[in-house]
Amino acid sequence: MTKVLTNRFHLKGQACDIDVYKQTGGYQALPKALKEFQPDQIIEEVKKSALRGRGGAGFPTGMKWSFVPKESKRPKYVVCNADESEPGTGKDRDLMRYDPHQLIEGMIIAGFALGSNTSYIYIRGEYWFIKEILEKAIAQAYAQGYLGKNILGSGFDHEMYVHPGAGAYICGEETALLESLEGKRGHPRLKPPFPAVVGLYGGPTVVNNVETLAVVPHIIMNGGEWYKSLGTEKSGGTKLFTVSGHVNNPGNFEVPMGYPLMSLINNECGGISGGRKLKAVIPGGSSVPILTAEECQNITMDYESVAAAGSMLGSGGVIVMDETADIFESTMNLTHFYKHESCGWCTPCREGTRWLYKVFERMKRYEGRPGDVELLYDLADKILGKSFCALGDAAAMPVQSAIKKFREDFDRRIKHNLIQIAKAAD
Amino acid sequence: MFTQANETKLDEIITHYPVKRSAVLPALYIAQEEHGYVTDDDVKYIAQRLDMRVNEVEEVVTFYTMYSRKPVGKYKLQVCRTLSCALLGAEKIAEHIEHKLHIGMGETTADGKFTLMEVECLGFCDLAPCLQVNFDYHEKVTTDSVDQLIDGLK
Repeated sequence: MTKVLTNRFHLKGQACDIDVYKQTGGYQALPKALKEFQPDQIIEEVKKSALRGRGGAGFPTGMKWSFVPKESKRPKYVVCNADESEPGTGKDRDLMRYDPHQLIEGMIIAGFALGSNTSYIYIRGEYWFIKEILEKAIAQAYAQGYLGKNILGSGFDHEMYVHPGAGAYICGEETALLESLEGKRGHPRLKPPFPAVVGLYGGPTVVNNVETLAVVPHIIMNGGEWYKSLGTEKSGGTKLFTVSGHVNNPGNFEVPMGYPLMSLINNECGGISGGRKLKAVIPGGSSVPILTAEECQNITMDYESVAAAGSMLGSGGVIVMDETADIFESTMNLTHFYKHESCGWCTPCREGTRWLYKVFERMKRYEGRPGDVELLYDLADKILGKSFCALGDAAAMPVQSAIKKFREDFDRRIKHNLIQIAKAAD
Repeated sequence: MFTQANETKLDEIITHYPVKRSAVLPALYIAQEEHGYVTDDDVKYIAQRLDMRVNEVEEVVTFYTMYSRKPVGKYKLQVCRTLSCALLGAEKIAEHIEHKLHIGMGETTADGKFTLMEVECLGFCDLAPCLQVNFDYHEKVTTDSVDQLIDGLK
């Protein structure tokens, strides 16, 4: 299997040094882009690659870039979303700590393609040690002329900075991230206007995930068609998946788009822990609908196949649960997360997530009232599609899908049902 | 006021942005590093330093969970409670620390050394269960490894 982004992972961080990065093929794409490409040609090449945003939404990257106006009175910005906080996801962590220059090179090329002279890496505050790795790598890139004024004699200038978040999941939402970067609370902005037109400090801004930007040098070196050919027709390239939970060998794995989910679990991850039976998989980070073991059997990991099964590829955070898992408990755990992370800006999400959790709490004590399962489902319905940003949907979808597919785990928590079960046993 | 070294650092950080206010999160980290938490004076000082109103700084501090407006222990023991860690025994780790240090969630030991906190996903899902002590990550922790770790903190 061809690997694109993880070729330097085995060096366990040595590639953080710019010389090691260069010895292993690094900083060849940037000079090539500056010499052989017009900015528009880079955008075209990215379009050809069928690269889609790796943060979760899966929006075609080339198209996003083409929304940025050519002429702008205000400065344009490239912002890397390194606020990786989607439960189940730890891929950007390794992309940055094992190969920071790959990301930096991709960002400089993106800046050149978009006519932007400044970029920021917005990294979650918890990843402080990675912030330091990135800052060192950026300093090396400046020292060797890959950043700063007149990069490699091309006349193109680019400055790059790392900006820490401070513990707010909502800042992974691109407009909340921009608010946060401007020194405010991370509340999402009304769209439109989209950031590509009015973004950071009012200037046209492209916000891309770490993995998305790290792909760019490879597209320049080998072409968009090549990258696309590694994956499926509509989902180009490879993808990093973080597999966690009940597997023997959890970790980050780069596989081609369209790779079978069960192969990922059984080959890359060495199967289910302790030889137990698979019960459920959350395939794309905590925000996406859960899948039953049966549904997992024929799924391939690409945007279309996972969507056809009623879930989403999302961020690529695959959470595996075996037969010992209680889906009521796992869904309650995630509801706590969304209740905690709801930014408070809009009523359906702020109030809805708290109310959901309140019902979960009494059900956890086996004091659920008749109709509570329906109430959970209905509450989720009142959030879904009615919140200001996608966080509300992310809180609602796991609840609804879990109830639909694992109803028995919820019914057990209703007091009335317990009495019936006890009576039947007498 | 911060130490001279931190004042210089903040001056440099402010140059990263077209507006001073963007430096508020980094400035709050500096305050917290110096005083252990964000004090009332820090809030006022940062407001003055970045041309913000005091309430604008306050609303930022209270929004982001990594800042504390109250004194906390020298070591913040942050146990991840979210799903991937929970599936592999995060709750057991949290209870173990509670018993070991005789404190509950969110509490600080009498000697001011440890504060125990429950936090949401730290991004170490494949290395679960995960514990973060201040900024240091500890992966695949067990009750034994947590004992060793805590006993080793001076």
